[in-house]
Amino acid sequence: MTSSFIVRKKRVNRSFWGSFSLFILLAAFGAFMVLPLIYAINNAFKPLDEIFMFPPTLFVRNPTLFNFIDLINLLGNSWVPFSRYVFNTVFITGMGIIGHVLLASAAAYPLAKHKFPGKNFMFTVVVLSLMFTPAVTAIPTYMIMSWIGLIDTYWAVIVPAFAYSLGLYLMKQFMEQIPDALLEAAKLDGASEYRIFWSIVMPNVKPAWMTLIILLFQMLWGSDGNGFIYSEQLKSLHYASNQIVQGGIARAGAAAAVALILMSVPITLFVFSQSRIIETMATSGMKD
Amino acid sequence: MQHWWSLKLREAKNNKHSYILLAPYMVLFTVFTVVPVLISILLSFTYFNMLEFPRFIGWQNYTRLFLEDDIFLIAVKNTLLFAVITGPVSYIACFVFAWIINELSPKLRALMTLIFYAPSISGNVFFIWLMVFSGDRYGIANGFLIKWGFILEPIQWLKTEELILPIIIVVQLWLSLGTGFLAFIAGLQIVDKTLYEAGAVDGIRNRWQELWFVTLPSMRPQLMFGAVIQLTTAFAVADVSIALAGFPSVNYAAETIVTHLMDFGTTRFEMGYASSIATVLFMIMVGTNLMIQKLLRKVGE
Repeated sequence: MTSSFIVRKKRVNRSFWGSFSLFILLAAFGAFMVLPLIYAINNAFKPLDEIFMFPPTLFVRNPTLFNFIDLINLLGNSWVPFSRYVFNTVFITGMGIIGHVLLASAAAYPLAKHKFPGKNFMFTVVVLSLMFTPAVTAIPTYMIMSWIGLIDTYWAVIVPAFAYSLGLYLMKQFMEQIPDALLEAAKLDGASEYRIFWSIVMPNVKPAWMTLIILLFQMLWGSDGNGFIYSEQLKSLHYASNQIVQGGIARAGAAAAVALILMSVPITLFVFSQSRIIETMATSGMKD
Repeated sequence: MQHWWSLKLREAKNNKHSYILLAPYMVLFTVFTVVPVLISILLSFTYFNMLEFPRFIGWQNYTRLFLEDDIFLIAVKNTLLFAVITGPVSYIACFVFAWIINELSPKLRALMTLIFYAPSISGNVFFIWLMVFSGDRYGIANGFLIKWGFILEPIQWLKTEELILPIIIVVQLWLSLGTGFLAFIAGLQIVDKTLYEAGAVDGIRNRWQELWFVTLPSMRPQLMFGAVIQLTTAFAVADVSIALAGFPSVNYAAETIVTHLMDFGTTRFEMGYASSIATVLFMIMVGTNLMIQKLLRKVGE
């Protein structure tokens, strides 16, 4: 009995007990990672008496869609219809992603492929900004937002997302591996820099688009307005879900249902884009 | 000197396309990241309540922060505790699991990557831990402990001071296999395969030696990137603390620098004082990150 059926290719000197103990470690932590998610999925299909059963169960016994119906009824009766929260979240996420992918790619191209004064300085500042949390700048950002009149609009969440620094960083690192010869050839053919960017660089960095999309999706889909949005009709699905979660026992079923809806979208997106994201991450390293 | 400037100016003119492409991003980046950091540092030396114009008060905010604000010291202690535990532990976990997963067959590898990465992209699903650690008999933790006879009465997990921090650390670790983890998975896949063969010829006897002498040195760039991501997350604990322990938490047991900042920034409107908290956090985070980068640069040298 060897572990070769799970091992891709036998490499040098793999001891059986080494493989065995690593496999146990992986299984144990895998269970720790996945069990809460399985519990969350099952809860969404549990009737209320099963959610509050003693002893508690991980898996659902009598699956029902009651929680989802309850959720729709609950939100149908709220002042702002459920569809409005969905629209808000979809709009913010969609606009943020489009703008970010375009602006970050346009900025990443010269940083990766051109030489000009100020280039290293700009990139260093972007890397430094990866090193602190946005909470540090929350107060001045609020002041700036109110000066330019973005408070209580969708744009208060969308516009700062355009300039998300991790996206630019990953895009720039990925663009560096595009062969220079490709760009030189286009230049000799008389293509302008903008044309090279749009018709040669952009199609070649599709894996990185996917990565920027999923990173931003994760950020914007889970956004509750960052404290910049007050009007109920502009608030996000995430905000609505928090309100339901705070509803306590009576709302436990609906809360489980909304949690499942919220988590299933980013996870599905990742399932379909995993290989492209891994491809992008391969170039994510920081050089000296 | 004048010559140097005219040279730079000509160079800049020749590269105007580069600047035009960069401009939209850089303008927004400056407005929403660079300028706020500078304003925050300036405000930290003022008294500012959002209504009156900021009044310069020198180092008063800082002396108050370190000499009079006992809760800030609790927040610093908690933040450092989180950072010192979840930072290195999550960093090592990201690497170790990426390393084990990398040996699996491609299909299994994709599945395990998904399982480990899923919690970090699932949005606010971490509130499921509220149900795991709920204070009544229906919570998973209490339910099983009672059923198996370890305890008779349910434990108030999130209302007991000594238990709050460990629980937040557990949840934070659960959420922490994110971008850094993916970078390691990817980095392991592109390590030059011939290096392993050469290593075997040179007398590498087992996987541990291979890890130390071949894999780690060739992954230095990813290791440095992952360190920034994990460290920044480890210092920024706030959402999980607020969701699980409340805001403010019992006796400030789960107060972190970020929640302390939110307390003064969004509840008390003492913006100057809050800015000094933000500036201290900024200094700690950037300082630690730069130090770690310097250390990692030595890996495999």
